[in-house]
Amino acid sequence: MTRHDRQGLRKLGAIWLLLLALPVWLPLIGGYMALGTRVLVLGLAAMSLNFLLGFTGVLSFGHAAYFGLGAYGTGLALKLFTHSTPLALLLGTLLGGIAGAVLGTLIVRRRGVYFAMVTIAFGQVFYFIAFRWNTLTGGDDGLRGFERQPLEFGVWTADILHKPTLFYYFVLAMFALATGAMGFLLRSPFGRTLQAIRENERRARFLGIPIEQHIWLSFTISCFFVSLAGGLNALLNNFADPTMLNYTQSGEIVIMVVLGGMRSFWGPLLGAAVFVVLQDYLSSLTTNWMSFLGAIFVLMVLFFPRGVLGMNLMERIRSIGVQLRRRGT
Amino acid sequence: MTDLLLFNVTNGLIIGAFYVLMALGLSLILNLSGVINFAHGGFLALGGYLAYTISPIVGFWAALLISPILVALLGLAIERLMIHRLYGRDPLYSLLLTFGLAFIFEDLLRAIWGATGLPFSVPTFLSQPVSAQLFFITFYRLFMVAVVALAVSGLFLFLRYTRLGLRIRAGTLDLDTVSSLGVNVRALRSFNFALGIFLAGLAGVLAAGQIGLEPTMGASLLMPSFVAIIVGGVGSLPGTLLGGLLIGVAAGVTTVFWPSASEAVIYVMMAVVLLLRPRGLLGEEGLMS
Repeated sequence: MTRHDRQGLRKLGAIWLLLLALPVWLPLIGGYMALGTRVLVLGLAAMSLNFLLGFTGVLSFGHAAYFGLGAYGTGLALKLFTHSTPLALLLGTLLGGIAGAVLGTLIVRRRGVYFAMVTIAFGQVFYFIAFRWNTLTGGDDGLRGFERQPLEFGVWTADILHKPTLFYYFVLAMFALATGAMGFLLRSPFGRTLQAIRENERRARFLGIPIEQHIWLSFTISCFFVSLAGGLNALLNNFADPTMLNYTQSGEIVIMVVLGGMRSFWGPLLGAAVFVVLQDYLSSLTTNWMSFLGAIFVLMVLFFPRGVLGMNLMERIRSIGVQLRRRGT
Repeated sequence: MTDLLLFNVTNGLIIGAFYVLMALGLSLILNLSGVINFAHGGFLALGGYLAYTISPIVGFWAALLISPILVALLGLAIERLMIHRLYGRDPLYSLLLTFGLAFIFEDLLRAIWGATGLPFSVPTFLSQPVSAQLFFITFYRLFMVAVVALAVSGLFLFLRYTRLGLRIRAGTLDLDTVSSLGVNVRALRSFNFALGIFLAGLAGVLAAGQIGLEPTMGASLLMPSFVAIIVGGVGSLPGTLLGGLLIGVAAGVTTVFWPSASEAVIYVMMAVVLLLRPRGLLGEEGLMS
């Protein structure tokens, strides 16, 4: 085992320890369980987007659509035809994922700015559907009238509805499955190919890699996981509303990724944590929180384009240390 | 039925004219600088609100000209201070920056002029209907369409026949070559940005007279403008013009038969265009793909 591997394992251990022990330490620093769960849900959304943005090098500015579809799918399934939370979640995830797979075939034909524009514009379709289809979605008021149901394990029932901590662990389990799958995919030859496309698309094409097919797959996978996050979000709030599908939501997911650092697997989770906590704090403090949020975007881009947080910051400090040492000798 | 159809087609054309003004500005900036300006709707709304504030002092006609100029100057300042740093970088950054600016715009408009809608009065003779039979066509609507037509043809003539316009068109195709021929690309991009923002401001004043003022009035025009650009073909200004009018009419006609789908129909059009002709109706192959 190399030094690098050991470092990675240590980091992984620390992250999981923090997440598993969250119900213990979060109340001590003044947080509440729903906030912790929301960080995890949006962290999953941001990490899913980063699969596409950071590891394939393609910018989607319309991921809220699939996030919201997952939410509405899960909510409607619970409301209309099932009492099983996991089944509803699965159906919601499939709805968003399949929509992503279908639209992805149209979207992957474009690149760069054009790709971003097409993703934004397609994202809005679902916003208008949710907004207009009153009888099914509740329109502007949002989808109500469903509740997450307790999980049955034969002899034991986990009441995730009334016990926020149990629900947190349910979300954490889903989070573990999803991030585990994404991590596995990124380490596989398929994941390496995606990174090769990110680094140099033309060269990858000359090597005979079917680029469109790979980007489509990456887009679809990313949509599936972001849709799962959306489903979890609906379960968290027992509610889904059209703003979850709007492009402003997409922008928020993108900024979480950039905030945490695009080149880092775990960075977006940290970005989401900072964003969610900041938003929660600012909106309780001032009615002009939108200006502050906007200012964060602007300052971020102008002064810290590589992400201010997390692994990137650690790397930067380390690299400054290395440079200083070099200069010293 | 035909009356209703006529009414909605006219409506669609007028809404399409707004899309065109907005989308042409966006397109100018996108083509030359590769920046998707998310804050475009914010500039549009600001144009309307400024006209609201200054028109009691200087009158409607002067406000129609002064307000867009003020907005364009603000756009110039923002371009000089922030956006120009992001040229040539990943489009992600300019998207995020202008997205943040859009948030700030909306919030400031709300803080200054209030969250509720405001009426904006136009000269009385303009608000009369043209005739009793065509009651839904006021002089203001004709006037709006005339101003848009004037602005659009002015823009195309400017791009076609002036040296500056030629440079903008050349820069769209190959900015490096234009730069190495001795053109000040920095100034060119700033001017081009301000020009795009001027069109947004103008659209804002016109829209204020038709639908009144609201902090989100620009944001709701932003997405259709994107669609207009994609349908017409990224990189082509005539395409943007065609795309804007086309989706305006499509939305108008859909309102007659299936009102609740009137917003979604333009995205369906976009999907069809991307499926059958990915470059857009008048787009050139290879450009911005």
